[in-house]
Amino acid sequence: MKSSVIIFPGSNCDRDMDVALKKFGFKNTMVWHDNQSIPKSDLIVLPGGFSYGDYLRCGSIASKSKIIKSVIDFANSGGLVLGVCNGFQILTETGLLPGILQQNKYLNFICKNIFVKIKDKKNKYFKNIKKDILELHIAHNEGNFFCTEAELKNLEDNNQIALTYCSSNGLEDEINNPNGAIKNIAGIFNKNKNVLGMMPHPERMIDKFLSGEDGSLFFENLLGNLK
Amino acid sequence: MQVTESVAIDHGLKKEEYFKICELLKRTPNITELAIFSAMWNEHCSYKSSRIHLKKLHTQGEQVVQGPGENAGIIDIGDNDAIVFKIESHNHPSFIEPYQGAATGVGGIMRDVFTMGARPIANLNSIHFGSPQHKKTKNLLRGVVKGIGGYGNCIGVPTIAGQTSFDESYNGNILVNAMTIGLVNKNKIFYSKAAGLNKPVIYVGSKTGRDGIHGASMASATFDDKIDEKKPTVQVGDPFTEKLLLEACLELMEDNSIISIQDMGAAGLTSSSIEMASKGNLGIKLDLSRVPCREDKMSPYEIMLSESQERMLIILENGKENHAKKIFDKWNLDFAVIGETTDSKKIELIFNNSKVAEIPIDLLAENAPVYDRKWKKTKLPQKLKFNKENFKSLNISDCLKKILSNPNISEKKWIWDQYDHTVMGDTIQKPGGDAGVVRVHGTKKAVAASVDSSASYCYSHPLSGGKQVVCESWRNLISVGSKPIAITNCLNFGNPEKEKNMGEFVECVEGITEASKYLNFPVVSGNVSFYNETKDRGIKPTPAIGGIGLIKDYKNMITMDLKDVGNPVYVIGKTEGHLDQSIFAKDILNEKKGPPPSINLCNEKNIGETVLSLIEKKLVISCHDVSLGGILTAISKMCIKGNKGLKINNLKGLTNKYEYFFGEDQARYLVEIPRKNLNKVVEILNNNSIHFDDFGIIQEKNLTFNSDINLPIEELSDAHKYWLKDYMDN
Repeated sequence: MKSSVIIFPGSNCDRDMDVALKKFGFKNTMVWHDNQSIPKSDLIVLPGGFSYGDYLRCGSIASKSKIIKSVIDFANSGGLVLGVCNGFQILTETGLLPGILQQNKYLNFICKNIFVKIKDKKNKYFKNIKKDILELHIAHNEGNFFCTEAELKNLEDNNQIALTYCSSNGLEDEINNPNGAIKNIAGIFNKNKNVLGMMPHPERMIDKFLSGEDGSLFFENLLGNLK
Repeated sequence: MQVTESVAIDHGLKKEEYFKICELLKRTPNITELAIFSAMWNEHCSYKSSRIHLKKLHTQGEQVVQGPGENAGIIDIGDNDAIVFKIESHNHPSFIEPYQGAATGVGGIMRDVFTMGARPIANLNSIHFGSPQHKKTKNLLRGVVKGIGGYGNCIGVPTIAGQTSFDESYNGNILVNAMTIGLVNKNKIFYSKAAGLNKPVIYVGSKTGRDGIHGASMASATFDDKIDEKKPTVQVGDPFTEKLLLEACLELMEDNSIISIQDMGAAGLTSSSIEMASKGNLGIKLDLSRVPCREDKMSPYEIMLSESQERMLIILENGKENHAKKIFDKWNLDFAVIGETTDSKKIELIFNNSKVAEIPIDLLAENAPVYDRKWKKTKLPQKLKFNKENFKSLNISDCLKKILSNPNISEKKWIWDQYDHTVMGDTIQKPGGDAGVVRVHGTKKAVAASVDSSASYCYSHPLSGGKQVVCESWRNLISVGSKPIAITNCLNFGNPEKEKNMGEFVECVEGITEASKYLNFPVVSGNVSFYNETKDRGIKPTPAIGGIGLIKDYKNMITMDLKDVGNPVYVIGKTEGHLDQSIFAKDILNEKKGPPPSINLCNEKNIGETVLSLIEKKLVISCHDVSLGGILTAISKMCIKGNKGLKINNLKGLTNKYEYFFGEDQARYLVEIPRKNLNKVVEILNNNSIHFDDFGIIQEKNLTFNSDINLPIEELSDAHKYWLKDYMDN
């Protein structure tokens, strides 16, 4: 399986994503934002970081970069596009995903392990995954997902909510909502579920010496589903 | 502007220094030249008060590739890998403007490291604030933490460990020390020494603005009531540009285009250009009209003194200009050829086609003033005689909970949650342990790092305090299973023109030297920050030691959390029960006098090396050194982290339980030993003549000791975890 990770100026989880993808068997290519086109891929990843320094709004300038038209075309033709953290912010800015990511409710950057519940498994990302709750890691200042009531209704009606923050046993309450996101949302799909945006970083949880191994589960499962 | 004695004094020069300048130049300097002298001769750049003492530091060692004198120190960790690291202060700017001051402190130290060709792999910090009750403390803390996080998080370098303390001596002068660790190929290290004639001098990075002018002079003065007027001297950071600069520089460093490279830190273009030329024994000629400027009509004076961030000066091989420019264009950074190296041994500045300054370089560097300032020795205070009858009215559990929630002991999660500590995917020990640990990417090796200081000990007796900090760093590194290799030091002191402050400096340096020599733990880089004084009140002497250790196989790293019920826990090292200067004495008995615990370097070394070998042989599975707050504090942290209890044994020959539990004797560790290894461990300890106590057995939920203590872990945890969060939220 082939993947491409887009590097924007200010991306800083690009290498981590490259390491993770390769570890689980993807043939990954790094693609510079100034390119017009993306090599043939089964998966495109927009990595975490501070693209363009988060200036104007997180993800906003990246969503107007040269490469992004190819990403949108790829998504619209049904290709898998995964945006993690800043990548999620970029996806909302391009309009591929609805809603926005506001500053965290408690106004601080947060770096810690959290739990998320997988809300939908009828998609390429989570089909066959053996767990319902994953322990992942977040590191962000703007992860507070928000959208209009109509958008929220659409997300719910179409099962587009991918992940919600919860306790280790699945309680989706306010205490387990690290950033104030509406309905504890940690990740969403587009309507066709080929585009996934998520705040947690699966690439930081890929061996037992790191924060945990549920990221491994995510990547192994994804690769299995693509084969 | 006509230069006179009073103009010179306004630039922070002393009267005698001004006359010396005129004498050396054989004329009166013009204003630009005066500015250059003032920048190069201030304490911050010239080390004029500290230099003769810094020479005594122990800087040699088998693994030392580069000692003090370069942008950062370098140590060899095998397989052509080398670690580049340094700690630096940004105290004065952080007090004036905490966010930008702290942020640019982090930015500056990272540039020092990647200037040498290394990719930064971890950041640490040591931050010190006034009393929690002081009106400025909360905002300063909030701003500093946000600044450190804002910069490091954006660049994508994990902040893996740190130290935070509160003491009223920092009420008017907080300390912000930032440390960066980078990884470099031993054969691809870049230095600042210029070489070759007529080589192009390149300016890259951000444009030059009017920020930070006189920053270095500000950092060499004490504060008074008018500090807010100094705000314009604080630099403003842009971590995004730094990230681009980092990637662009590392890209250019892949081939042999660069002869030498130096970041523009304190005193900006002035000190970077002069240092490069001085080290290469060359001259340098710069056309300031070509410097990319952010604002209109900047004068040569402003251009030379600006401390705008994220800028580098590079001397290239001839003919490589286009190749280099392409890389900087790709990263959208300014690139300008602003001059060349010459054989004049002078710095010559041109502006709008006329010469605006010409100074022989040796006058600025080698002829900079050096002072052998007067200093006063601090006598070892008399040991206190505690009236143990008074202890009878105390309750051990209450004392313990009070100590666990002491601002200097309590958990600092509120801080490290705001630092990205997992980016780069190699952090295997996060903040909150004895040391942070990151893997050397793609290898079996890992680097451990810790930053420590003990201002109370140093204030009470600088010589012992200096030794103690080095030992503390060494123990923290050993406790995670790493072999301590080298240190960097940030020497934060008061006014060197006062004999007492100067004495504190001299004796702390002496202590550091003695300990680092004995432990073969050399100092490879560092920085001195004097004049941490407001309205005549200086800080307690605060040398911060950043230590680096190596773990050959990262799978052998260990943590402090208790692992398995039924395992014995031993105290390794002897407990005499030294209470003077302890948290117990200060917090519970309200007694601030007395000497710090004494240091026995021979024991320190023997015990440390033995504990490390126990870890390496996998005979112990948890380890924590005993420091502030004594044994009971240390074991509580191990219980909290592992969510396990401990039954403390009825200890033989226990003279006084308060002294035993809360004394701060040095060279001690707590270790968890799997039962099957017990005989082997005892044998090794006996063979090395090391004292140990069979301290207790891990049990489920409570910390217990006879009828004196029966505390559920949640209660310990509540006492330990919430002080800072509650303080910041209210």
